[in-house]
Amino acid sequence: MSMRRAATLTATLFVLAISAAAQTPATRDVRPRTTSSRPSPPKGPALGVPASAAEIEAMDVSIGPDGAGLPPGSGTPKQGASVYAVKCAACHGAEGVSGINDRLAGGQGTLSSAAPVKTIGSYWPYATTVFDFVRRAMPYPAPHSLTDADAYAVTAYLLHLNGIIGPDDVMDATSLPKVKMPNRDGFIPAITRGK
Amino acid sequence: MPKVDAHDLEPVAGNGLLSRRVFLTTGVAGMALLRALPIAAQQNVPAWMRAPGAPLRPYGERSPREATVQRIVGSMPGTDGSGSSRTPLEFLEGMITPNSLHFERNHSGVPDIPPEQHRLLIHGLVRQPLTFDLAALSRYPLISRIHFVECSGNSAPLYAAQPAPGGAGALHGLVSCAEWTGVPLSTLLDEAGVRPDGKWVLAEGADAAAMSRSIPLEKALDDALIAIYQNGERLRPENGYPMRLLLPGWEGNTNVKWLRRLKVTADPVMTKDETSKYTDSMPGGKAMQFTFPMGVKSVITSPSGGLKMQGAGLYQISGIAWSGAGRIRRVDVSADGGKTWAPAALSGPVLPKALTRFRLPWQWNGGAAVLMSRAVDETGAVQPTRGAFIAARGASHRYHCNAIQSWAVLPAGEVRNVYA
Repeated sequence: MSMRRAATLTATLFVLAISAAAQTPATRDVRPRTTSSRPSPPKGPALGVPASAAEIEAMDVSIGPDGAGLPPGSGTPKQGASVYAVKCAACHGAEGVSGINDRLAGGQGTLSSAAPVKTIGSYWPYATTVFDFVRRAMPYPAPHSLTDADAYAVTAYLLHLNGIIGPDDVMDATSLPKVKMPNRDGFIPAITRGK
Repeated sequence: MPKVDAHDLEPVAGNGLLSRRVFLTTGVAGMALLRALPIAAQQNVPAWMRAPGAPLRPYGERSPREATVQRIVGSMPGTDGSGSSRTPLEFLEGMITPNSLHFERNHSGVPDIPPEQHRLLIHGLVRQPLTFDLAALSRYPLISRIHFVECSGNSAPLYAAQPAPGGAGALHGLVSCAEWTGVPLSTLLDEAGVRPDGKWVLAEGADAAAMSRSIPLEKALDDALIAIYQNGERLRPENGYPMRLLLPGWEGNTNVKWLRRLKVTADPVMTKDETSKYTDSMPGGKAMQFTFPMGVKSVITSPSGGLKMQGAGLYQISGIAWSGAGRIRRVDVSADGGKTWAPAALSGPVLPKALTRFRLPWQWNGGAAVLMSRAVDETGAVQPTRGAFIAARGASHRYHCNAIQSWAVLPAGEVRNVYA
């Protein structure tokens, strides 16, 4: 169920009740006050400074699942393999496996087992998230050191390692949002509408 | 001086639990009874009374004799800044966590941010994108609230098949409580003017991970704060200096530190930390997402794992309880592994979405005992047993564990984590 479709189904924020038993674990109904009952917020001195388009563009690094915000540039798994070997393999292993930090490849089919292996290929629902995270936070010792093309290439390589795209597939602002991740439908949103 | 009523010293539940009225009504006499240790008659004036003490100083430090009380630090391999440090709950009392011992969960270290160079940008689906600096926010009408912050990965050791070693801090120390002072986020969003199609707010930090989470607009307009003070002083660097998001009762990760950007959006951005992490695997392989509120929970901090009993006699069971849904209504304590329970005294003020201290006297007979606490919040939600919790969520859930903690007290005086 898409977030948008879910949003049309209900006009109020709700949380799925997991258990109706008396000993209810953490998640429960947290239905808030309705918008109409909320008092007006306290008034401030209106000291906010209008932000310019350039200022916003410099800070707005987030990429939506529809690809909104993806920059120009492109990369292929083959290009990404060499970037990965230099910038990523030390922590994440030669092919996304057996590194000292998060495993990035494999694990498909394990989520319902007693020992689920959560990787980009087995767990992550959106390919855009890979690009977003690589560009904002990786490599760990030097975030923001990759070019956008490098970030596309590394993303492409990780998708290829997981068998999701071919070795020569080009990832860019158009193709990346179209990648269907294996676990795309593996999540149940407890909150289906923001307001 | 009031006397202890003999009736109050009669057990109210199995294995030595006494009425909470011993604390509620007997006051000084009751406490004197509990501290009936021999007082060595001091014939000579001690050294620290024979000469003036240390000079005045501009910034205080705790007694060096308390220096062993430390956060419990654990970082990801190959890093010293990605990971967590846990509050040593077993060495603290009351409901407020000292700022130096407030837990940390950082994803790429603690940034050193000059406040005059830091801006909070509010943009996206708003009428007028705006930036605010610390000086500007400090001029807004401030409000103060006492709230806990709890990492949603807190207490995850209880998912393990066998009881993990460790004390209250090591197992449950990813929760802390402070008085937070700041600007209601609703005031700032009102100033920017949220458009009708705005439903979510992406919050992003200025750390090297630019950690980001999507927050429902409803919460942002409800009780969210842009906090700039913590227990009366400016935020500590590891807690978001110069400004952080505070979402009372919601999983710690959404309380984005070093807040630099709020983008109003129609849908969640689906960041790394709301998809690959902080999602809760259910039996069958699907995962719950956007499970924001922290459940009702309590843990006994004394006696607790790693502490040592000092011989049979009268003790005070003390612990903390909290709920992301509101106030704690009651806490029951058991000394016999859950067979019988007695209500603990709640130390006021009992505040919504804040730690509440509970206490109950206990006559330890020197034999084996299993101590447990079970919290109930004002919505009626009851803290589940570990067995019930695992049965409902599965053992791969990883986050949001609010199961009952059991401490075994051994005849030799050791206290350790057990599954009961």
